[in-house]
Amino acid sequence: MGDSWRQSPLTGIGVLFGVTLAGLLLLPFFALAISTPASDLLEGATHPLFASALFLSLRTTLTSLSLTVVFGTPLAWWLASSSSKTARVTEALMGLPIVIPPAVVGVALLQTFGREGLLGPALGSVGIALPFTEISVVLAQIVVSAPFFIQAGASAFREVRPEMLIVARTLGGSPPVAFLRVALPIALPGLLVGASLAWARALGEFGATLLFAGNMPGRTQTMPLAIFYALESDVRLAIVFSLVLAAVGILLLVTLRFFPALRNFMRGGNA
Amino acid sequence: MTSWQVMVRARRGELDLDVAFEGDAQPIALVGPNGSGKTSVLRAIAGVFALRDARITVGDTILEDTSSGVRVPIEERRIGYVPQGFALFPHLTVLENVEFGLSTGKNRLPPEERSRRALQMLSDLNCASLARRSVEHLSGGEKQRIALARSLVLEPGLLLLDEPLAALDATLRRTLRKFLAERLRIFRGPSITVTHDVRDVAALGAQVVALENGRVVQQGPLSLIQQRPANEFLAEFVGAD
Repeated sequence: MGDSWRQSPLTGIGVLFGVTLAGLLLLPFFALAISTPASDLLEGATHPLFASALFLSLRTTLTSLSLTVVFGTPLAWWLASSSSKTARVTEALMGLPIVIPPAVVGVALLQTFGREGLLGPALGSVGIALPFTEISVVLAQIVVSAPFFIQAGASAFREVRPEMLIVARTLGGSPPVAFLRVALPIALPGLLVGASLAWARALGEFGATLLFAGNMPGRTQTMPLAIFYALESDVRLAIVFSLVLAAVGILLLVTLRFFPALRNFMRGGNA
Repeated sequence: MTSWQVMVRARRGELDLDVAFEGDAQPIALVGPNGSGKTSVLRAIAGVFALRDARITVGDTILEDTSSGVRVPIEERRIGYVPQGFALFPHLTVLENVEFGLSTGKNRLPPEERSRRALQMLSDLNCASLARRSVEHLSGGEKQRIALARSLVLEPGLLLLDEPLAALDATLRRTLRKFLAERLRIFRGPSITVTHDVRDVAALGAQVVALENGRVVQQGPLSLIQQRPANEFLAEFVGAD
């Protein structure tokens, strides 16, 4: 094609490497998709563990996502608009849960909210024990997933030029009006991408949840934990769970990919 | 006849701003080298940042007076501001951009009245046909008109234009310079236009206020600057004609 400037003497080997890696990334999903006959799928889907894990996953991830968006939007806005050193340091620190292994996050959460943890005794004195409850599932999901929303949100809000907010004010808008009617709509696509990534991450959360919330069917056993549990007893069930999670992921990827086109279409396609 | 005055002292990063000038309905052209404080003066008048010491009045209204603690918030100053690059709202149509000021705060109008006035303003500026378009694909000249319409529809007490012709190519700039001069005459209210082009000053029939390092170095009619430019920048500025 017209991309001849990209040619290099290594092209042959490069193609081979690239195809190998791409194959390695896609082959497992292909194998997963063809591994189970439909009858087994039905059996897995009607298994009592399936519905309870599915609903627990949906309930906890939607809760953690809502909390992430409500608390994370103002934080992202501040990170994008402040030029202070505190903001830069905070922004860097907010990336910690992305680079720290989830198992470590789980241990850290226990050290914070566990009976012997930093806040444990204080919470215990008012009769609250968080570990191994549904709340702990949500907390673990927030800690591992919120950084994706915060980072995407901060870069989305950086797209909003300060002059636009000044103009909105000179046109009679109060600061909340400038934020809600100018900054938020301009940043919305980026915020949605961040929320989708955060949700995907929360839905897949395993390590931190296992350590901090345990793996109790019906209480803290989300879908990824149910896969782990089912592998020991009923592989078909594990595969059904896996297919559902993979389908959600694919759906999310497709939506994000086509989101800009969708948005233009909804605006009346006058682009 | 609307008279206005601006006295501003403030620190903006490296810039130590200390200016005082006044005017009436005759347009003002704010000129000076980059970093001399032109945009900062406009933003100070609009009320964007805190001022150490200031007195800003338009007509009988005191917008800011640090000695008596008066500081009218931006949204109540009735100042029209067209920044460099125009800052149109990219998520709204042309009409929605122009309606914005009529949909919020003290100028809030019922929706029908809002569109009626916005459409009227757009057709005054010869761009009624753009009303339903997204602002993202407008030409530079169209953007300038829409930004002007968005400010003028509120009948501001003072209009601030930051290099309104800078983003346009040479031919278009000539046409739009005439257009802008004509619109400012029809507007009749006071205006301050930041410019780098002496032809803008001539076309607008503006008084010149020249800045350097945050200070006013000279002010008066263009003829005065041409006869006795106060510094090298101004000599160059008027010589470019």
